[in-house]
Amino acid sequence: MKAAGVVIAIALALALQTSLARLLIGGTAALDLVLVVVVYVALTSGPVTGMLSGSAAGIVQDALSSGTIGIGGLAKAIVGFGAGVIGQQFIVTAAFPRFVMFIVATLVHSALFMGMYMLLGLKEFPSPWAAVLSQAIGNAVVGIVAFAIVESLPGAIERRRFKRSSR
Amino acid sequence: MAVIDIRRRTGYLFLAVVVAHVILISTQVTTRRGVPMLQEAVFGIFSEVQRGANAVTTTVQSSWQNYFALQQVQEENERLKQQISALQIRLQQERNLAQQSESLQKLLELKTATELKTTAASVIAGSASPEFRTITVDKGNGDGVHADMAVISPAGIVGRIIQPSPRASKVQLLIDRNAAAGALVERTRAQGVVVGTGTDELRMDYVSGSADVKAGDSVVTSGIDGIYPKGFVVGQIQSVRRGAGQYSSIVIRPAVDFSALEAVLIVLTPPSAVEAAGRGADQDH
Repeated sequence: MKAAGVVIAIALALALQTSLARLLIGGTAALDLVLVVVVYVALTSGPVTGMLSGSAAGIVQDALSSGTIGIGGLAKAIVGFGAGVIGQQFIVTAAFPRFVMFIVATLVHSALFMGMYMLLGLKEFPSPWAAVLSQAIGNAVVGIVAFAIVESLPGAIERRRFKRSSR
Repeated sequence: MAVIDIRRRTGYLFLAVVVAHVILISTQVTTRRGVPMLQEAVFGIFSEVQRGANAVTTTVQSSWQNYFALQQVQEENERLKQQISALQIRLQQERNLAQQSESLQKLLELKTATELKTTAASVIAGSASPEFRTITVDKGNGDGVHADMAVISPAGIVGRIIQPSPRASKVQLLIDRNAAAGALVERTRAQGVVVGTGTDELRMDYVSGSADVKAGDSVVTSGIDGIYPKGFVVGQIQSVRRGAGQYSSIVIRPAVDFSALEAVLIVLTPPSAVEAAGRGADQDH
């Protein structure tokens, strides 16, 4: 059940990344919604789930991009694993630690992704700082909002039920 | 003890995943034989998902617009936009012809016009990863689209087809880091290679430091790359820096607004065929 939820969340993130982002921001979005889902899954489900979801989502993302299949997968698997370990070791339930978590995850992901491309001599990334920072902030904001929405849903449903039954 | 076991297994699992990825990457990097099967299959399947998602969003968007706007006015507007697009393409071809005939001291007449066979395509998705500048269009092999066909818009050159599937194709935009096109400065005919930078700017390489090039000059395709037809607008020179080296450092502002692409034209005529037709017409005259 949980695995199905993760698969659906990743598929939704990919569809949003490729379709809705084009309509809202135009062409290329400065967000990586798939990475947001991977970090979310890692923080809520642990390192193994985070790593496997990161690996699968990254490979699909690589296959849909024109890059080398596996580089994005490896970067996201490592980030998913790391985020999951931190989520287990520390209390990452308040908004600020989560915000920092998303920022750090995006920076690490970008470093791994670009680093591997440069190491293999496949691609150059001259002065990527502005793009990476804007993506980190964008991912963090989306991640915090996603956490807030998902965590407020059960309470909202409960309150609605209570109101109905008290009438 | 149990906690240690779980941690150990997690570590092994992590190591296995990393090794699997490294093997996956290594096979692609060393062989470099066409498009990987996984890439082809996933793109083929997901292009249908993208088509579906695009259909849903387009339906919602058009319903919303039709609710608030007058439907007839909107349809007329669309028709007029298409007419303007077609006229702008025609204008670029005519402009190219005029430039050619001027440089050949009016020896060539306007009859040598190269008619390009094109097909219109809608943009159905953006890039799956922010690091790559690609789009997906709704025309594929079934519509006669093949790899390395040029993609143009009324404003100028958009990119090239890199991965066609039966019903959709992936287009590498000219601003992608791995994209390049043969180009020349329209005013002085100085030749060079325009390359993408991954940002909203282009760079023109291999232009001699002594060439007469200045900011504001228009850059068009030269056709020597065998992909893009000759004479289509690439952009305008934003800055020129003459360093100590042999070549100038030239930054170009693209003519196409890549963030607002909705419909494009795919050039079905290979550039070699256009050149051959042009040469045949020359000999007739």
